[in-house]
Amino acid sequence: MRGAAHVTRAACAVAVVLAAGACGGGGAPAGGPDGIVSSSWGDPQNPLEPANTNEVQGGKVLDMIFRGLKRYDPKTGEAEDMLAERIDTTDSVNFTVAVKSGWTFSNGEPVTAKSFVDAWNYGAHLKNNQRNAYFFGYIEGYDQVHPASGQPTAQTMSGLKVTGERTFTVKLTQKFSTWPETLGYAAFAPLPSSFFSDHDAWLARPVGNGPYAVDSYTRGSQMSLRRWDGYPGDDKARNGGVDLKVYTDSNTAYTDLTAGNLDLVDDVPASQLRNVEADLGGRYINTPAGIIQTLAFPYYDPDWNKPGQEKVRRGLSMAINRQQITDRIFQRTRTPAKDWTSPVLGPDGGFDAALCGDSCAYDPAGARKLIAEGGGIPGGQVKITYNADSGSHKEWVDAVCNSINNALGNDRACVGNPVGTFADYRNQITQSKMSGPFRAGWQMDYPLIQNFLQPLYYTNASSNDGKWSNKDFDRLVDQANAEADPAKAIETFKQAEGVVRDQMAAIPLWYQNGSAGYSERISNVSLNQFSVPVYEEINVG
Amino acid sequence: MGRYVIRRLLQMIPVFAGATLLIFLMVNVMGDPIAGLCGERECDPATAAQLRKEFGLDKPVWQQYLTYMGNVFTGDFGTAFNGQPVTELMADAFPVTIRLTLVAILFEVVIGIGLGVVTGLRRGRPVDTGVLLVTLVVIAVPTFVTGLLLQLLLGVEWGWIRPSVSSEAPLGELIVPGLVLAAVSLAYVTRLTRTSIAENRRADYVRTAIAKGLPRRRVMTHHLLRNSLIPVVTFIGADIGALMGGAIVTERIFNIHGVGYQLYQGILRQNTQTVVGFVTVLVLVFLLVNLLVDLLYAVLDPRIRYA
Repeated sequence: MRGAAHVTRAACAVAVVLAAGACGGGGAPAGGPDGIVSSSWGDPQNPLEPANTNEVQGGKVLDMIFRGLKRYDPKTGEAEDMLAERIDTTDSVNFTVAVKSGWTFSNGEPVTAKSFVDAWNYGAHLKNNQRNAYFFGYIEGYDQVHPASGQPTAQTMSGLKVTGERTFTVKLTQKFSTWPETLGYAAFAPLPSSFFSDHDAWLARPVGNGPYAVDSYTRGSQMSLRRWDGYPGDDKARNGGVDLKVYTDSNTAYTDLTAGNLDLVDDVPASQLRNVEADLGGRYINTPAGIIQTLAFPYYDPDWNKPGQEKVRRGLSMAINRQQITDRIFQRTRTPAKDWTSPVLGPDGGFDAALCGDSCAYDPAGARKLIAEGGGIPGGQVKITYNADSGSHKEWVDAVCNSINNALGNDRACVGNPVGTFADYRNQITQSKMSGPFRAGWQMDYPLIQNFLQPLYYTNASSNDGKWSNKDFDRLVDQANAEADPAKAIETFKQAEGVVRDQMAAIPLWYQNGSAGYSERISNVSLNQFSVPVYEEINVG
Repeated sequence: MGRYVIRRLLQMIPVFAGATLLIFLMVNVMGDPIAGLCGERECDPATAAQLRKEFGLDKPVWQQYLTYMGNVFTGDFGTAFNGQPVTELMADAFPVTIRLTLVAILFEVVIGIGLGVVTGLRRGRPVDTGVLLVTLVVIAVPTFVTGLLLQLLLGVEWGWIRPSVSSEAPLGELIVPGLVLAAVSLAYVTRLTRTSIAENRRADYVRTAIAKGLPRRRVMTHHLLRNSLIPVVTFIGADIGALMGGAIVTERIFNIHGVGYQLYQGILRQNTQTVVGFVTVLVLVFLLVNLLVDLLYAVLDPRIRYA
């Protein structure tokens, strides 16, 4: 077997020397329902555990190998029951969860209530270093397993109790009527007992309960996933499997796609957007994702926290020509923002294209007037801080500044302030060292309006980087969380969003789209709201 | 000879210590790496503190450095943020980069010295002028332009090669990337050899050798080339180290998962352990290659003796 592989490799080397084209994994790949999709990938930043993955590269894998109690419909974003038979509550605090029968992990172990409770306790416990531990923060007993300082005093959360083979109860610390809708997030996935008994082996080859199973995993270079034929769900994989290949650069992945060596690239580099029509024709998708970009303000700086300054902030917002920037710089892969949420929520979920109104429309004269009324720009100059190491931030920050300078007729009104690396940038934010507006991006954890407001603008919330605080907003959010009727809850959240607008707590810039290009070999490619390809629906051949 | 080698090896110890300390400090100046680990949000303070403790970042820098060096001597280069031991990353990356460097050096030696000899012997002829012009162009064009251009032409337009290198990176797939990596040095080697040969051709010992009636071929290889190669060998020796660490651009373009790629990622993620580990090994490689070059001098020129 090994010898044969060597011979093939040597033959390939010779073939390449003789300029005889591609030499891949041996033979032409099969099409049809057993065809394999090859897709670009990036090395996940953290170990591949469900509660430890907070970026899209690791998220891709989790989306293929795990199914939780709920799953967000890839098209509508609605949270639908997956493994949950039902989740009942009478008071929005105590929930009873029943798990469907007949589900197993790909190693044959049945998925039970214990699989969930153990996984959540693992995810929450401080000593396990899980980046997403705060997701379990609403569950009673979280403070004991994950205290803000000092050592944990308990091993498990008191709010989680297994009451039967397939039932468990959850007690929250506060009323949270839409809590069940958050359970589609990967952090809430169940885990098999092998995760706990032989952790290293599990990490080397993760085992889950999703439509795919990991066939082989070479860290830093490739993961092969194959369809799991025993998968009991309705969303069975329509292809034979997926090979995720790590690329050093998204440009290289794109080149490989155009050369026919790769089937799917889910991050088309900005520099290639101009060529995408010519290169791929219709095989390019550009759909909204649950990401919004804003400019946040340092409210801890007295210069930026004076009464009446909301006029300055609104003026700055009106001085930005969003349409022009999204057209020219982002080639329409971003859409001008009209509220503080995302179009993926849909009007029923709380998205409102009329919410920001005039405050987000380009109006140079109005901008000049408002800024003058609000006492002018603090220090006479806006410095927009951003990290220069990724995401073409320099281009758009310069464009925003240009737009502000033109609108105000002062070419020193706004300048960009680059920071070398993302880590350093986050550091400066955490230490409250921002001296002016700064780039803020928010990728939703789950498609709920609550997720676009509470973590970002609630007093002392986890991602309230500007330390904005407003009693009315906090009160409305509390009220909305306690509301038993989801439709009413969303209305109250929208009222809270109105406070954000009136105060212009942060300037909404644009909604980010997910983009992907694919080869002629595959069809029915789409991206979900998290800009992750819906792999199980892809047809090959 | 033996004493000389031992002395040189001993000299490496302070260089090694100083280099690692400098790199360690430089990476530390970049700030707290934990902040970048939780995406666009603040790590919750308890998790951040726990992570800092696990990676030893809660201790003063001098203590971190001593612990790190202590571990290095037991063969433990620490753990990257994704939970992979750095030694494992090295075991993956170095063979690939060494293969790439070998391909590049091979091009430099064969094509570079070959062209240098031809042009040196035919100074002022059309061949000489032509090659000089080509090397001028190669030196002037940045590596990423040559790389992307060759990738697009050979990989996409004409389909002669795969535009990206697979993760196993067999030698066959490294030929074009190796050529791109070697291009600039190759041009320098050509020019260096040419000048050296042209100068030595008029030297007394060559005239004597010819006057003795030695065959032209023997004069060329045993007298002229051997004496002319000393500056070229120095250059190529220094280049080995530069190529291994400086392949970042080429490795990104051709999707080669080598040292340059790991270093780039380590720097972006501010992963002290990865960066210091890889650079330390690169420093060692550089020192060893330099020693080797110095020893080669003695082989090329018997007048050079090391006591």
